[in-house]
Amino acid sequence: MANLAENAIKTTDIPRFRRGFRFQWEPAQSGHVLLYPEGMVKLNESAGAILGEIDGQRCVQDIVAELEAAFPQTGALEADVIEFLDHARQQHWIELS
Amino acid sequence: MTSLTSSLTGQKPTGIGPPLWLLAELTYRCPLQCPYCSNPLDFAQSETELSTEEWVRVLRQGREMGAAQLGFSGGEPLVRQDLGELIAEARHLGYYSNLITSGLGLTQAKVESFAEAGLDHIQVSFQASDPELNNAVAGSRKAFEQKLAMARAVKEAGYPMVLNFVIHRHNIHQMNDIVALCDRLGADYVELATCQYYGWAFKNREGLMPSRAQLEKAEHEVNQNRARLLDEGSAMQLIFVTPDYYEERPKPCMNGWGSLFLTVAPDGTALPCHSARLLPIDFPNVRDKDLKHIWYESSGFNHYRGDSWMPEPCRSCDEKEKDFGGCRCQAFLLTGNADNADPVCSKSPHHDRILAARQAADHATAGIEELTYRNAGNSRLFFRS
Repeated sequence: MANLAENAIKTTDIPRFRRGFRFQWEPAQSGHVLLYPEGMVKLNESAGAILGEIDGQRCVQDIVAELEAAFPQTGALEADVIEFLDHARQQHWIELS
Repeated sequence: MTSLTSSLTGQKPTGIGPPLWLLAELTYRCPLQCPYCSNPLDFAQSETELSTEEWVRVLRQGREMGAAQLGFSGGEPLVRQDLGELIAEARHLGYYSNLITSGLGLTQAKVESFAEAGLDHIQVSFQASDPELNNAVAGSRKAFEQKLAMARAVKEAGYPMVLNFVIHRHNIHQMNDIVALCDRLGADYVELATCQYYGWAFKNREGLMPSRAQLEKAEHEVNQNRARLLDEGSAMQLIFVTPDYYEERPKPCMNGWGSLFLTVAPDGTALPCHSARLLPIDFPNVRDKDLKHIWYESSGFNHYRGDSWMPEPCRSCDEKEKDFGGCRCQAFLLTGNADNADPVCSKSPHHDRILAARQAADHATAGIEELTYRNAGNSRLFFRS
């Protein structure tokens, strides 16, 4: 297993979708999905909100700030966002640079 | 397709949900002759193909209903001259489109123009890790080199690389070589799909089915390779599909009849899976009805929805919600009645047929040359009058 500390997500990391992954809204499912070769993941609302911020340009910190501004009643989100992005990376949905 | 069902966890709508996966079998024509082809034995009887306009209409109707994944398959879909046009339409509609190809007929220029048209993914199938065996199984002398060249072109054009190997008793010893080849090509996903016995594969079952010892060795090698890839930090994923014939419980086939998948065959026949054509059920045609009617109203698609059709032992089984009694096609092929429990299930009164097939696999000696190859000449021998 890779060294976890070394691989921890930093707030300056820039996430982007892995090659072949497409994020989109599906009216028939009333939600966001992540599409990839012969597969599809239906995302819940918070997963959709986080992945919807990924544009390959902005870093984790920018994404957290954006989400905290959009959902002011939820308080600090950094830990939740990083936890989810880590899950997304383990699933090979995203890459960070 | 297995990846779709496994990732849609908890997706079990109470009513009839929309078909999220549309498989467009554009043609039964194919330059290869793989003896495990899932096309019907009598495919050569079906000579008419939907026109470009008809396919566009099918794609629009499917997308309106909620289909998000689209597969272009066949036969070999590349023999259709309008494939580029259909890809562009699919992208325009918002589908995630997958081209499932042998790689024969593909060119660097096509790989690039399809990417521009919006194709998301090309899956190239291989028959083995070396040219001799690959070409012997495919029934084509030049297939392997072409596949390698096209796999590289797919990677260069920026597509995710998915390589598919159908595994059977004649190539199951090649797991390490196959993984090494995929590693060299830089694959993202490798599907090691052990042959399932429908269509031509059912006809050739005795010559294809691995023994349990072969299977266990292969699975062990795949697991070792997985551990090594994880250690190396590789993102390459190995998907090993175990054959139904070595299970004790049936698979939840297609995640339930008419639940997620809709296949349209080359002549427009709409099916709940690509094998269902062999069942003695009247399936609708997209030339006569729109997809919405076909999916929600037709007797063919409603035939095995719910569980009121189930005989024992499925009817009173506490796992019926989980596996829906297994695969209707397998029940039909092995028992002559598609209502029966899938004989893969150890509770099935017909499970002895699976046990007999396993036993036969332990003693099989037939070589590749004894298999019946999938081609128009052999297909004509299977025409029902």
